[in-house]
Amino acid sequence: MSPAAPSGLLEVDGISVRFGAVQALDQVSLSVRRGEIIAIIGPNGAGKTTLLNVISGFYHPAAGHIRFEGRDRTHLAPYDVAALGIARTFQNVALFKGMSVLDNIMTGRLLKMKGSFLLDALYWGPAKAQELEHRAFVERIIDFLEIQAIRKTPAGRLPYGLQKRVELARALAAEPTLLLLDEPMAGMNVEEKEDMCRFILDVNGEFGTTIALIEHDMSVVMDISDHVAALDYGRKIADGTPAEVRNDQAVIDAYLGVSHV
Amino acid sequence: MDLLYGVFVGPFRDMVTAPTFLAEVLIGGVAAGLMYSLVALGFVLIFKASGVFNFAQGVMVLFAALTLVGLMERGVPMVVALALTIGVMVALAFAIERVVLRPLVNQEHIILFMATIGLNFFLEGLGEMVWGANVKKLDIGIPDESFTVAGILINKLEMTAAATAAVLVGVLAVFFQRTKIGRALRAVADDHEAALSLGIPLRTIWVVVWSVAGIVAIVAGIMWGAKSGVQFSLSLIALKALPVLILGGFTSVPGAIVGGLIIGTGEKIGEVYWGPLVGGAIENWFAYVVALAFLLVRPQGLFGEKIIERV
Repeated sequence: MSPAAPSGLLEVDGISVRFGAVQALDQVSLSVRRGEIIAIIGPNGAGKTTLLNVISGFYHPAAGHIRFEGRDRTHLAPYDVAALGIARTFQNVALFKGMSVLDNIMTGRLLKMKGSFLLDALYWGPAKAQELEHRAFVERIIDFLEIQAIRKTPAGRLPYGLQKRVELARALAAEPTLLLLDEPMAGMNVEEKEDMCRFILDVNGEFGTTIALIEHDMSVVMDISDHVAALDYGRKIADGTPAEVRNDQAVIDAYLGVSHV
Repeated sequence: MDLLYGVFVGPFRDMVTAPTFLAEVLIGGVAAGLMYSLVALGFVLIFKASGVFNFAQGVMVLFAALTLVGLMERGVPMVVALALTIGVMVALAFAIERVVLRPLVNQEHIILFMATIGLNFFLEGLGEMVWGANVKKLDIGIPDESFTVAGILINKLEMTAAATAAVLVGVLAVFFQRTKIGRALRAVADDHEAALSLGIPLRTIWVVVWSVAGIVAIVAGIMWGAKSGVQFSLSLIALKALPVLILGGFTSVPGAIVGGLIIGTGEKIGEVYWGPLVGGAIENWFAYVVALAFLLVRPQGLFGEKIIERV
């Protein structure tokens, strides 16, 4: 669709992960192009979240490599991965429940903040100016995701759908190059899902953020993604445009439950 | 009848008829309370940031005071000795992160708690080995004497301790609420995984909180040491900090302060006005009875976060 050939932002190459006797990922390779929305689909236990955890540094693969923006980063710790510009959300919302929505989103700015420990501790001069500057950025995200009304509410008190939205806001605050969303629409009603779809498309369109998401709702996947990869039992069984993957026999079998012999 | 009078009328009559004396008792109570708060603060900092109840906090107070006194006894000037002691406590924080916390990351809280019990005995032994077991006098240049303001007798040492504690608490409150490191600390306390995904380095955060707790321990050690000498019973003041924590909540910096003040003034007033009725020594058990009552009525403390589990 785009005139310039999209470059590979993230290259996952032959990743394998084992948990005891379970082969969670078996030589999975995947290429995420800059600027696209890629959906990772597959039945429960297919290894989708494991793949996301490997990309964000929570698990380290037994075999294989991950390259991000051309550099190998297979064995980085999660906070180093975050520093490279990869932000994520979690399947079971992981907000800081005791903190306000605003503070939650501000933590997303931590990597963008610089400054001396001492000045910061005194909340003095440049530290204060910087705080205000980041605050302004966060307010823009709050506007963008339409959560002005709940800015001061402790995150733990929000209904589930809004928590997911705040988690997205926190991830966006880091201005990520690559955004990983683990089931951003799980447990939402139709209206909330439509909102979330719109936000995801807007983030991709306005900021050019590359997005990799895990989703179960096939109509959502077909609507918003440019690229779909399907996993089953830790292996990649299909990779292509939404239309190609939808008509792939292996994918249909995986979802309808053809016996694996 | 005499008993009822002694419990419900006499003490209040005494308070009203001798207001200067009441003020002295209250000031003494506030000063003692802030000293308890200082110790409680060390617990709160570590508990907030890592969910670990640091059994060794009391010994850290002792260890800091021992190091300071030990250096001063060897002729190191006070300011240099203080700087060196801060250095030792920060080095200790690095060592604890590397040797104790890092290998135990993602373990159950009870396991980390057990590790801090081990740390407790290690530090106690190390302190005794390096600095000796005899009681040492800590002279910080502020005499343990009193002056009078409007007829009220005020102890200089207690006042200095109270002022120091108040400043320290103010700085910590701003640090936690308003700065990025404070926010990162709260984030780590709330959800490790999410904090990691935002680029918050867990190890750095741990070193920071243990260092801050170490520095708070130095201040507490100096104040308690100047008052009652640096000796091994100093580590037992941690026991007095426990009721303060139960009262104020384990996760609240303001709670540690208010809890300390309630316990401090409560036990002094109880001792002075109601003590004679039961033959004294109210000071020894008052804090624990209050804590027990709180556990029954409000287990999360005055400022603690209420734990609501969805079932």
